[in-house]
Amino acid sequence: MNYGPLIFLAAFFAMASSWCGFVLTPQLQVGQLQQTNTLGTTVTYPIPRPGLAQQGLQVYRANGCAYCHSQQVRQSGTVCDVVLAETGTNQPALLASLVKVKPGLSETEARDFIAKLPAPVLRGITKEAADAAAKILNAASAKAQVWIVPVGPDIARGWGKRRTVAEDFLFDSPVMAGSQRIGQDLANVGVRLPDANWHLRHLYAPRLTEKASTMPPYRFLFEKHKIEHNPSPEALVLPAEMAPAPGYEILPKQEAGALAAYLVSLRADAPLFVAPLTVAAADTATATNPPAALGAATGNAAPVNAPAK
Amino acid sequence: MSQAPSSPPALAGAPSKIDASCRVPLLLMFICAAVWLVIASAFALIASIKFHSPDFLADCPWLTYGRVRPAYLNALLYGFCLQAGLGVGLWLLARLGRAPLAQPWLVIVGTLVWNFGVKFGIWGVLSGDGTGFQYLDMPGYAAWIMMLGCLLISLSGLLTFHQRRERALFVSQWFVFAALFWFPWTYSTAELLLVTWPVRGAAQVAIWGYYVANLEVTWLALIGLAAIFYFVPKLTRHQLHSHYLALFAFWMLILFGGWSGIPGGAPLPAWMPVLSTAATMLLLVPVVIVAVLIHQTVEGKWTRLMANPPLRFIALGAFAYLLAGLMRVASAGLDLHHPISLTWFAPAQAQLNAYGFFSLVMFGAIYWIVPQLAGMEFASAKLVRAHFWLALLGLLLSVVPLAIGGIVEELRLETSGISFMQVVKTTMPFLRASTIGDLLLGLGHVVFVVNLLGMVVRFYRPRAVSAYAAATMDLCAVKAKP
Repeated sequence: MNYGPLIFLAAFFAMASSWCGFVLTPQLQVGQLQQTNTLGTTVTYPIPRPGLAQQGLQVYRANGCAYCHSQQVRQSGTVCDVVLAETGTNQPALLASLVKVKPGLSETEARDFIAKLPAPVLRGITKEAADAAAKILNAASAKAQVWIVPVGPDIARGWGKRRTVAEDFLFDSPVMAGSQRIGQDLANVGVRLPDANWHLRHLYAPRLTEKASTMPPYRFLFEKHKIEHNPSPEALVLPAEMAPAPGYEILPKQEAGALAAYLVSLRADAPLFVAPLTVAAADTATATNPPAALGAATGNAAPVNAPAK
Repeated sequence: MSQAPSSPPALAGAPSKIDASCRVPLLLMFICAAVWLVIASAFALIASIKFHSPDFLADCPWLTYGRVRPAYLNALLYGFCLQAGLGVGLWLLARLGRAPLAQPWLVIVGTLVWNFGVKFGIWGVLSGDGTGFQYLDMPGYAAWIMMLGCLLISLSGLLTFHQRRERALFVSQWFVFAALFWFPWTYSTAELLLVTWPVRGAAQVAIWGYYVANLEVTWLALIGLAAIFYFVPKLTRHQLHSHYLALFAFWMLILFGGWSGIPGGAPLPAWMPVLSTAATMLLLVPVVIVAVLIHQTVEGKWTRLMANPPLRFIALGAFAYLLAGLMRVASAGLDLHHPISLTWFAPAQAQLNAYGFFSLVMFGAIYWIVPQLAGMEFASAKLVRAHFWLALLGLLLSVVPLAIGGIVEELRLETSGISFMQVVKTTMPFLRASTIGDLLLGLGHVVFVVNLLGMVVRFYRPRAVSAYAAATMDLCAVKAKP
């Protein structure tokens, strides 16, 4: 019996199934993503990177930086903190509720506690417990908020405040999500190290900024330049043993400047609907109505995000 | 309905005619593939040394780690794996269909075009034109040249399949037939949507995962298992235990292989990693089937698989397939909570799959096919054995330390008290061991090239000498006339 056409049809069907699943559908779902608002504000996210940083992305791609650096923070879940923002008018009731909400808290400790607000009353609890606690505190006319806090090893390491989501890469092409962490995760390196000059020095001589680094130096992104009149303000500041001969200076080439600009532009920490987190009061000041926004976030977070532990 | 592989195709005249039609194109493919393997090892070694001394060759942009490493992976995959795999696939189609290779010139031209494309692609990666997508690094201009070469080779394969004289199909033919379509389809999809007209945003991550899974999980297994299911029964002189089990593995593989490329925690909507993890779990089925089939075929006496050098390579490859499959499932299971796929565990798994499984099976197949094509044995059985032991030791030293290193790395990364630099430091001894592994593998590849070239020289030298003698005899005769 001749199975040729049957195999062909079946193989075609099999090919088409994974093609529909992981080529067509992602293109329809993720490929059509639009800019969104950060949680509780009218700030648009993400915004395209500046032109120099976009050139830097190409330098990043050309030199295979993604072979050692991922740009994806992971989180194992979210927990809630209950933060007391204002005492309100009924202090005795608040003290009583505080003692009730936080077991083991004496009344004098509670008195000290409300002296310096805002401060977290409870940390790392489930959403239900947090809501219940906030309700008790708010009943005592205080202003307590439930904060959403993503957790996980990457976040504990300071690599980001929340997990990386598809929205973070909206304007990048190619998307350099990376596949290995031979070096640090760079999803938020612009938050950690916002100084482009630090990156330039690190690229020129990685062991200058981090002694045990295994990163190869990228000296070919820099050039030795004869000082004509005055030293250039862009020249690298190097220790004596690395400094060029007198009368010369090390200047970053255009690629190095672009790469540093790209690295500084890497910040994926905006609170989003798909990856909610509550940012500190100073940052939410722009929000028109923080408690309402917060409510929206907590209310809608569960089905989209990994359920809070 | 299946051809009994235990009886070697003894139809009068057929095998020798088939071998004659395969000789030039397949020898060309195998030698080109072997040379790429040596080049790949050189890149691997350079990349590996950079971990111990980051300043090594650091001032040459062409040899920075982020370019040498993709050059290595692409030379291994496209230079060796795809090329050798297509060659072995064509031979299986010709042998099992009892028909000579159709239009051998298509394969010769296709191979030349393919190798030109790979050369161009590696050059592109080294010059900074890489696409940034791991395993798909070659720039678009090279990719389309390779695509053309692959289509020419596949066309010959399809014609051979069409013209087969043995109409009943052996299971290996299913695998090879599907593989001939698989690569052009997935490769052109990925090239078009990631490089030529890149899709927007993180959809690229999904399509990249789709491509990598289709290449590493599906394509390599299609060709590798085709060879295992043909050679294990043939070389042990047993019947393949169950045709239907093998076909079941085939269906599982082509249905779920392409779904398995998106690790848990990837920056994509949650349904994708979840589906992908489920598909990876299902891929345990073909792994178990391969183990059961081999066990039943050799009637539980695995020592029979050590009978001759080609079989030894193939048996080790099959064993690596089982291990690599288990590692893939473990990694997918862990990934949901522990991103092990971002550690050295993932390259260890990929190496065990592409090298331990696929390449070893190809070595075994080539060591069996080439003597058939040339009509003579290898000059030195010792050198074949040397290649085997170098490959085995090299594999152990490059995969085992990296896999353990990856687990240690992940455990320490999850302890926030340990600084990242300390984590890097703990992985160093494992990387050192793997450098030695890379070195041994490289030596093995040199031996492989020597074996193949030696065979070709021994085959063609007497012919060249006699042709030369014939030509000069004419000249002498002409001279002698007046």
